[in-house]
Amino acid sequence: MNAVVIFLLICGLIFFTGGTLGILRFPDFYSRLHPAGKLDTFGLVTTVGALALYIAFSQEAILTAVKICLIIVFVFITSPTATHAIVDAGVRAGLKPWTKQSQKRDVP
Amino acid sequence: MNQVFLYAGLYLCLLMFLSLFRAVVGPTVLDRLIGVNAIGSKTTSLLIMIGLMYHRVEMIVDIALAYAMLNFITVLAASRYFQKRKGLYDEGSDRAGDNTP
Repeated sequence: MNAVVIFLLICGLIFFTGGTLGILRFPDFYSRLHPAGKLDTFGLVTTVGALALYIAFSQEAILTAVKICLIIVFVFITSPTATHAIVDAGVRAGLKPWTKQSQKRDVP
Repeated sequence: MNQVFLYAGLYLCLLMFLSLFRAVVGPTVLDRLIGVNAIGSKTTSLLIMIGLMYHRVEMIVDIALAYAMLNFITVLAASRYFQKRKGLYDEGSDRAGDNTP
């Protein structure tokens, strides 16, 4: 059981790494939301799922594991909602998406 | 198993510092909001690891659930607030999307 927990934990950390690199490296606001919306959600689901498996099978605390599964369900609903709210704010405030032409215009 | 949680938590702290870079230097306000949202979702995972390390996980789980809810409410309220303002602009390029005819 420990091997499964460690495998899921490392998978979640890889997803978190991808999300952080995407937030740091993408060129504009809308493309930065793409790793922030998806990879952070899935990394959290995988990591917290691994911890729930460990608690349920190694520590025999079923109620705590059920609570952690409720955290997973809550995050799986609310994290895309928060991302969509940020995109909506950007669209209504009138931010323009990044294109290759705008980059060429900036760098003569 | 405690060592695994310790090193995973340390690695998550490193990733949180990298996300803090985007929250500090982001060109627009919404970029900073993305960085804060990423830090909050990593914190929810880190809290449960800390609870497992200190053998108090049945208490920490409630705190993690409350933190996830607070993170969601923070991002939602901040984005609803900033969409009313016209002060968001791209740094460097033109003043995008002015509604003035």
